Parts: sequence; structure tokens; C-alpha cells
Amino acid sequence: MTANNYRHALFCAVVTLIISFPILGLNLEAKGVKITLTGAQTSTYIAIALAAVAVFVFQAFRDSFMGVLGKLPNLNPLAGREPMEQSKRVKLESWILTGIVVFALFWPFLVSRGSVDLATLVLIYIMLALGLNVVVGLAGLLDLGYVAFYAVGAYTFALLSQYTGISFWMALPIGALLAGVTGMILGFPVLRLRGDYLAIVTLGFGEIIRILLNNWTSLTGGPNGIGGIPEPTLFGMEFGRRVKEEGNTSFHETFGIAYSGEHKVIFLYLIALVLAVITALIIRRFMRMPVGRAWEALREDEIAARSLGLSRTAVKLSAFTIGAFFAGFAGTVFASKQGFISPESFVFLESAIILAIVVLGGMGSQLGVILAAIAVTILPELAREFSEYRMLIFGAAMVLMMVWRPQGLLPVRRIQITLKKQE
Amino acid sequence: MLDVQNLSMRFGGLLAVDGVSLDVQEREIVSIIGPNGAGKTTVFNCLSGFYKPTGGKVIFEGKEIQGTPDYKISRRGMVRTFQHVRLFTQMTVVENLLVAQHRHLNTNMLAGLFGTPNYKEREQSALDRAAYWLERVGLLDLANRDAGNLAYGQQRRLEIARCMVTEPKLLMLDEPAAGLNPAETKELNQLIVSLKEDYNVSVVLIEHDMSLVMDISDRINVINQGKPLASGTPEEIRHNDDVIKAYLGEA
Repeated sequence: MTANNYRHALFCAVVTLIISFPILGLNLEAKGVKITLTGAQTSTYIAIALAAVAVFVFQAFRDSFMGVLGKLPNLNPLAGREPMEQSKRVKLESWILTGIVVFALFWPFLVSRGSVDLATLVLIYIMLALGLNVVVGLAGLLDLGYVAFYAVGAYTFALLSQYTGISFWMALPIGALLAGVTGMILGFPVLRLRGDYLAIVTLGFGEIIRILLNNWTSLTGGPNGIGGIPEPTLFGMEFGRRVKEEGNTSFHETFGIAYSGEHKVIFLYLIALVLAVITALIIRRFMRMPVGRAWEALREDEIAARSLGLSRTAVKLSAFTIGAFFAGFAGTVFASKQGFISPESFVFLESAIILAIVVLGGMGSQLGVILAAIAVTILPELAREFSEYRMLIFGAAMVLMMVWRPQGLLPVRRIQITLKKQE
Repeated sequence: MLDVQNLSMRFGGLLAVDGVSLDVQEREIVSIIGPNGAGKTTVFNCLSGFYKPTGGKVIFEGKEIQGTPDYKISRRGMVRTFQHVRLFTQMTVVENLLVAQHRHLNTNMLAGLFGTPNYKEREQSALDRAAYWLERVGLLDLANRDAGNLAYGQQRRLEIARCMVTEPKLLMLDEPAAGLNPAETKELNQLIVSLKEDYNVSVVLIEHDMSLVMDISDRINVINQGKPLASGTPEEIRHNDDVIKAYLGEA
């Protein structure tokens, strides 16, 4: 170890002390109207000192730690294998995907209501991540305000149902289209921007939408949100105990079964599943079409793409629009699932989580993104026992993941095309 | 077919190109040469629409095109390569060629989603054209490699193939021989001549390799410090005193 290394480690340890001491070591206590500053327990001070020591040790020996971590892929028994033949791989992939979908169809009938509810959320995130994957993974446009389109979809349904009493099935395409239009409108001013600049503008746009929803109280109810959003119906059959709307029947009466709250949850889950599958299939198709190749070309080299006759405007706008369209899809389902939405559901953190899913999954790879969406949504739930430390664990898992596998869980494999020899 | 009159390009106080004129006829190879920093690439950027020239006219097939957006110029059949190879490195070789044929494909999204016969037919003919050109530049066996993994010479050839699948009328090559070894340069030489002879493409060439330039050019334009210095056949240029001075420095 060089002296430089120790100096750096010492610096980090001191920073840790400076940051953690006032936060953890000093308590403000209210006594009557006065506030007094008191010290914490001895154990807290010991913990702070230990944390500083831990930071020092880690920083001092960081290279060797990271070196060990870098060797970990070798533990993976599959690491050194030959890549599978394309035809075989495609077959295997489609079998796995079909298997997952079939399993997902029957799964809700076997587990608890809470799990199905969580799974619906996972599916919503899958839709969001697949949509963002188009913008970030394929077209290479870093969008930090993606949640805005999600909000547009959700609020479209909420507002339309409040003011015009529209049903879920009508609102689904309207919400998605409106979100798509919003995406296109955002696309225009940012056409010339790339990378960091684009990220900042989209971040601002996401916040504008949220603040607008928060402050336009007369229309959106502001921070109070909008409640009473109807659930989806199945051919005019409602899933509540009593029929709310004239002309509708209730599901359990039509089929002569006892009422159960689970029916509604499972039905919502199935809708989300079908929509997620549709999203995945459509985007998969797009990826192999001229428009998908144009997105990737623009990501790879914008100048070359333009020199070959690709219009930057058309390509970028199509990516933004299609990404936003599927966010609107997801937003409508979300509004229907929650029955209540408020601007609080559409904070920047949501954008960050969706982006994390895309990056973790492997930019541009659909299967990877789906796996990551499952992991990212379920991990914090599994870690619930650790209560306040769960986000810490979540963060640590993300950091380790990026060190161990920077290309994501399942990086994209290019499609191989067999060419006939031309005479 | 291409007529450039009095082209000039000013960046702030710097006049990078000053009154350059040149013309290209059908099936002709015209070279632009000049010392480093003479403004050759700037001329290219003006012609291909990357820069909007501050003065002069660019007339392509009877229409003024100065200031037209780059992608529209390319769609008219005037396609260029770059001094530093610009491939879509993470896409495969075939995909590079398919992207280039974007305007020949059915880009209607619904047609693609449902796989209409017209869509499939155009997609197939794009693949066939890609296969033809890969065969032509000797890269057919590498069709499914990532373009970024090719050797440098192969990348150069792929870039030319990528221009050719767009079926251009005028091809602009910016230092295509840079970084090639003598054998590769010879192959390139034959390729460019065959583009003219067999595919009726006119070529504008920027190049430092004099053997290549003198060999294949029908006419040569010399630029020095943004100004036109001389123009004529290779033989005339070889014996032009001004050109010799510019290249060797004044005695």
C-alpha cells in the first residue's frame, strides 16, 4: 500500500465522522417550548467510530477487495462455456418465455392475495421498464423524467372517470395515446440534446408534470389526489360486492359463486399480465423492424446515421413517443389497481427505479429487463424484516451488481441473419 | 451533375473555405487534395449538409442544395464516408447495411407489426442487396460479426459498402486509404474504379495517398488554406508549380 492510499483512506474516514456524528450523535430534544441539544448513548458513539474504522479499512485495501470481487465471475460455472447456437438459443428462449407466461397465468390461484397484489405491481414495472428500454436502452436517450408519462396515463384515467365516468377499457387507449402525445411534445425541444443535457431537461420535465398535478388543485385535487377510480370490468361485470354502475352485473352473481375480494385482485393481475405480454411482444417486434434498427443506429453514431438518410427528428420522436405510450399503458393500470392516485406516486424516485431496472437488466435486453423488474420490486419486499435497513441493503445489492456485472443481468445478444449468396 | 460555385465557409473570424468551385460529371472520379488543414473536409461537410455554407452555391442535378439538411441530401443520392470510420460498432455487419437502406424499406410501423407482404418483400430485397455488397467487398463470411470487431481495413470496406447499398449517384470518400497497407490500398483502388465503371457512380475523393489519387482520378482540385489553388488532370497537376510549392514549401 502506498502512503497516498492511506491518506485517501484517512480522508474518507474523517468524512464519515463529520457526516455521521451530527446526524446520529447529537439529538434535539423538545422540553416544553425550548429545544435542547443532548448527546446520544455511548453505544452510538462506538458505532460511529466503528463505521469510520470500517470505511478506513475498506478504502485502504479497496483494490484488493475489488480484485477479489472481479474474480467472482469465475465462480459462475457457466462463465467459460461456448455461446449457444442461435437457433437453439431462440428456441430455448421462446420455451422459457412461454413457460413463464403459462406459469404466471395459473400462479395467482395458488398464492395469497398479498402476493398477487405485489405481482401486479411487478407487471406494471415490467411494462414501464420495457417502455423506458426503448428510449434508454435502444435509442440511447437518457430520460430521467419517464415517470411523467406514467403520471399522464394514470391521471388521464382518473380525471376522465371523475368528470365523464369513462370505463377502464375506454381509458386504456386514451391514456396511452395521450402519454404518447406528451412524449412527442417533450421530444421536440430536446431533439438537439444528448447525454447529460438531455437527462437534465427530462428530469425537469418530470418535475414540472408532478408539480403541475400538485398545484392545479381545481382540476386534479392537488396533493389530496383523486379517489374512487373504477376497477376494470369484464364484459360489463363488476367485481365489487355490489354493482356500482347501472346496467352492469356483478361477477360473482353471474357465475353463481360466493363473493370474494380475491376475484378482483386476480382479475387485475391477469389484465396486467396480458398487457405486459402485449407490450413485450410489440416492442420485440419493433426491435427487428427498420424503426428499431434506426434507434440503435442513432445511439451508436448520430452523425453516421444522418449521413445515411435517417432523419434525427423522426427517429428520436418515435422513440420518445413509443416509450411514453407504454408508460401511459402502465399508468392506467396503476390508477385502476390503486383506486386512488396522488402526485406522491410520481416522484423522481420512481423514474430512478425504472432506470435502475433497465440498467440492471442489461440495456436493450428484454428478458434481462423483465428479470430485473422482478428482482428490483421483490427484493425490498423480501428484505422487509430488516425494516429501516432494507433500502440500504437494496443499495448495496445494486452497487455489488454493477461491480460484478456492469453489462447487466442478461446483456443483449444480436440477432444473427443468414444471408444467401448473391450471383 | 454536381456543380459547386464559389463555396465559402466562415467560422467566426476564420475563413475555412474561400471561393472554392468544382464540378463533377457523370461517371467521373474527382479528387480534392491539399496540405493538412487546407479545408478539404470542410468542403465535404458543406456539400453533404453537415455545415450550412456561408456563401456560394451547391447545385446537384440542377437543384440548389446548399443549406438542405444532411439526411435529405443523402436521400437524393449524395452519400459520404468519414475520415475516421463511423460504423455502428455494436450492431452486426448486416445490420449496418440494413440501417443504410432505411429509405428503401417499408417503415410503416403497422405494416411491420403485422408483417404485410410488401414489408417482407422489401426486407428481403434489402437483405439480398446487403449480401451482394458484402460479397463484393469480401465480408460475407463476417456478416454476423459486430462491426466494431472487424479489422481496420475491413471496417473501411464496410463503410463503402454501407454507402453503396443506399444506391447513391455520387459517392464522397474522405481519405478512404488512411491507415491501409499498400495491398489494401491497391484493392481499394480497384474497388473505386469499379464503382465508376460497373455501377455508374461518380466519386469525389479526398486523399493524401498520391499514388492512389494520380492513378484513378479523372480530374484533381487542389486547395490550399481554404482557397482553390489549381485544378486539372493528374498530369497537369503533377507539373503545376504552385502545387509543388504548396506541398514542398517555397524555396
